[in-house]
Amino acid sequence: MTAVDNISLDLHPGECLGLLGPNGAGKSTLIRAIAGRVIPDSGQITVFGSPAGSTAARAALGWIPQELAVYPRLTARENLRSFGSYYGLSGKPLDDAIAWCLQWAALEDRGHALTRTLSGGMKRRLNMAAGLIHQPRLVLMDEPTVGVDPQSRNRIFEMIEALRAQGATIIYTTHYMEEAERLCDRIAIVDHGRIIALGTHQVLVEDSFASRSQVMARFEGPADTLAAWVARHSGRIVDSTAEFSIDHPTQIAALLDSASIAGLQLVDVSLRRPNLESVFLHLTGRELRD
Amino acid sequence: MKFLPIARTALVALRRDRVSLILSFVLPIAFFSIFAVIFGSRHDTVPKISVILVDEDQTATSRQLVRALQTEGSLTVSTKPPAKKNAAPPQDYTAATAEAAVKGGDVSVALIIPRGWGANPIAFGSTKGDSASTLQLLYDESDTIAPQMVGGLLQKAAMTSMPLTMAEQGMKYTSQYIGGLTPGQKTQMDANLAQLRELQAQREAEAAKPAAPDAPASSSASAGGILAVNNRSVVGENKNNPMISFYAAAIGVMFLLFTASGSAGALLDEAESGTLDRVLSSRITITGLLAGKLLFNTLLAFAQLTVMFLWAWSVFHLDFFSHIPGFLVMGLSTAIAVASFGLLLASLCRTRAQLGAVSTLVILTMSAIGGSMFPRYLMPPNIQKAGLFTINAWAIDGFTKVFWRDLPVSALWPQVSVLLSLAIVLFFIARRIARRWEYA
Repeated sequence: MTAVDNISLDLHPGECLGLLGPNGAGKSTLIRAIAGRVIPDSGQITVFGSPAGSTAARAALGWIPQELAVYPRLTARENLRSFGSYYGLSGKPLDDAIAWCLQWAALEDRGHALTRTLSGGMKRRLNMAAGLIHQPRLVLMDEPTVGVDPQSRNRIFEMIEALRAQGATIIYTTHYMEEAERLCDRIAIVDHGRIIALGTHQVLVEDSFASRSQVMARFEGPADTLAAWVARHSGRIVDSTAEFSIDHPTQIAALLDSASIAGLQLVDVSLRRPNLESVFLHLTGRELRD
Repeated sequence: MKFLPIARTALVALRRDRVSLILSFVLPIAFFSIFAVIFGSRHDTVPKISVILVDEDQTATSRQLVRALQTEGSLTVSTKPPAKKNAAPPQDYTAATAEAAVKGGDVSVALIIPRGWGANPIAFGSTKGDSASTLQLLYDESDTIAPQMVGGLLQKAAMTSMPLTMAEQGMKYTSQYIGGLTPGQKTQMDANLAQLRELQAQREAEAAKPAAPDAPASSSASAGGILAVNNRSVVGENKNNPMISFYAAAIGVMFLLFTASGSAGALLDEAESGTLDRVLSSRITITGLLAGKLLFNTLLAFAQLTVMFLWAWSVFHLDFFSHIPGFLVMGLSTAIAVASFGLLLASLCRTRAQLGAVSTLVILTMSAIGGSMFPRYLMPPNIQKAGLFTINAWAIDGFTKVFWRDLPVSALWPQVSVLLSLAIVLFFIARRIARRWEYA
C-alpha cells in the first residue's frame, strides 16, 4: 500500500501549514517521514538543508505525536527533563526550557504531579510541551487535539497561537476543518496519500467555488421525492439536509418554490460561504469525516 | 450466561496473538520434557563421581586397590591431569597437586594411599590411627554426596579385590594376638591361601578387561570400615554453611533473569505507547537507547545481587566482606550478561504476552540446567555440558570460586570471559533485531 504518494511541500519560516484530510489519508505517515521515523521508498526530505533523520534535522525538529508519548510514571517536570536531555540540554538552559514549557502548557502548578494522575487534557498539553523542550525551528503537530474535550481543545489552540506569535514554524495535521481554518496560514488537503489542493483558506474556497455560496435546507416530505428533487437541482443530501451551490442569494427563492411544487414542506433554510469541508467534498466527492 | 461474552472475547484476543497461543500449549510440554531429562534420567546416565587417586605406596596391595577402584562403574578415576595439546605428557598427581585440584573444583574427592600403607592395609588394633596405614580422603564440602560414595566404595573394593591380603592380614593378627597355629592348622591355612591367590589372579585378569559401560553403580558401602580412612575437607572447612554462597548465587542469578525480563517488558510498553518512537526522533539513536537500557539494567542487576549477598551475610553469616574484589568482578560480569539477555528478550518479542511465555520458558530452562535449582554436579554429564550454554552455570561457578574456594580474582578469568563475551554477543544480536524499532 502506498501511504504517501508524490508529495512536494515547501514551508516558509514562521508559517503554519495545515495538512487536512480524513483518517488514513497519509498525514501521519508524511509527518513521520519528515521526523525521520519513516524512510520513503523514493524521493527525499530535507529539513533546513539536512536530510530528514540526520542529527541536524532531528535537532531542528520538534515532533508532537498523536499518541501520548510520555512516561506515565514520571512527573511532568521529570518528563520534560528526560526529553530535554535526549536533545542534549543540561544545566540552566534545561531548567529554563522546563520552566518555559510548564508555563506554556499551563502546568506550572502540576509540575510535580505524576503524569498518569493528570487529566486527559493536561497529558495532551504535556505531550505537546515535551516536543518543544529543545526549542525546535520546526514543530510537527500530529493531531494534537485528538480525544480532547472542547474546553481543553480551546486551551490547546491558545497555546498554539501563543507559539505562533513567537514566530514558530509549524506543520499541523488534523481532520477538523475548524482547526485548520483557525490555526493555519496555508492548508494542504491530503487524500489517499496525495496533496490534492494547497493554498490559503480563501484561495482553496475560491478555486473550488469562485464566488458561489451554499444553501442548506431541511424539508418534510417523502424521502424519495426529496432525493429526486435534490438530484434535479444538482444538490446533495447530508444528514437529511439538502445542500446546493448557488451563484447569487436571489436564487434561493426560486429553489424553494421548486421544492414546494415538488410537494416538499420547508422546515428551515440557511446560506453560507463554502468551507474547507465543502472544498474537500468538491474535490473528492466524499466528506472529510468519511 | 452473562459471563459467556467475557470468555468469548478473551478467546478471540488470545487467538489474535498466535505466538502466545502456541506457547501456552508448548510451554508445559517443553518444561515437562526438560525436567524429565534432567531429573528423571535412566540409570545409565547416572553421573559418575570423579576421583583423583594418588598411590604413594606403590606396593602390590596398593596397586590392587587402585585397580579395583578403577573398575568401579560409578567412579571415574584419574591418576594424572588430562593431557593438553602441544604440551608435555602430564605428571602423575601428587598429594599436593591432588589437594590443589580439589580446592580448584576440578574434582570433589581425592584419595591418597600413603607410603607404607601396604604393610598394614587393614585397620585393626594398634595400627588403627597410624598415619602410614590410613588412607587420606580429601573432599570438597560443597559436594555432600561424593565423599560418602567414595568412602563406601573404597571399603567395598577392599573387601572384594584383596581377599588374599585380607586373609594374610587376618593370619598376621591371629598370630600376634592369640599365638601361632598348630602345624595342621597352618598346612590347611596355606592351602586355602593358595586357592585365594588363584582366585585373586583370576579376578585381576578379569579386571584387566575393559569395564562394561553400563556397570551398575555400587549400591552401598561396606559397614564398619576395614580400611582406615581419614576424611579431610580441604574446601570450606572453615565455612559456617556450605551451601549459602551457592544458593545466594544460584537463586540470585535466576531472579536477575526475571528482572531482566521485566525491564524488557518496560521497553515493549514504551514501543507500544509511542514513547520509544519519540525518543528515537531525538538525538538518541537505537544503539544509544539500547546501551542506555543496558547500563541501567546492569546497575539494577548488580544492586540486586549486592542486596542478596548482604542479606546472606547478615542473616546466614556469609563471609561477604573478605571477598569484595571477587564479588565486584563476578557481580558486574553477571549483571551485564543478564542485562544483555533482557535486551535480547525485548527485541525478540512483539507483545507482553509473548514476552511472558518466552521468558518463563527460557529462564526456567536456563535455571534448571544451569544449576540454579539443583547443583550441576548431580546432573547427568550431558546436562552438565548443556548447562555451559547458560548464564546461570558460569555465574554460579564464578561465585563458588570466590566465596567457596577462596580463589583469587585472577582465577575467575574463564567465567568472566564467557559472561562478558555472552553480554557482547547478546547485545549485538539484540541490536540487530531491534532494527524493527529503528524505522517504522
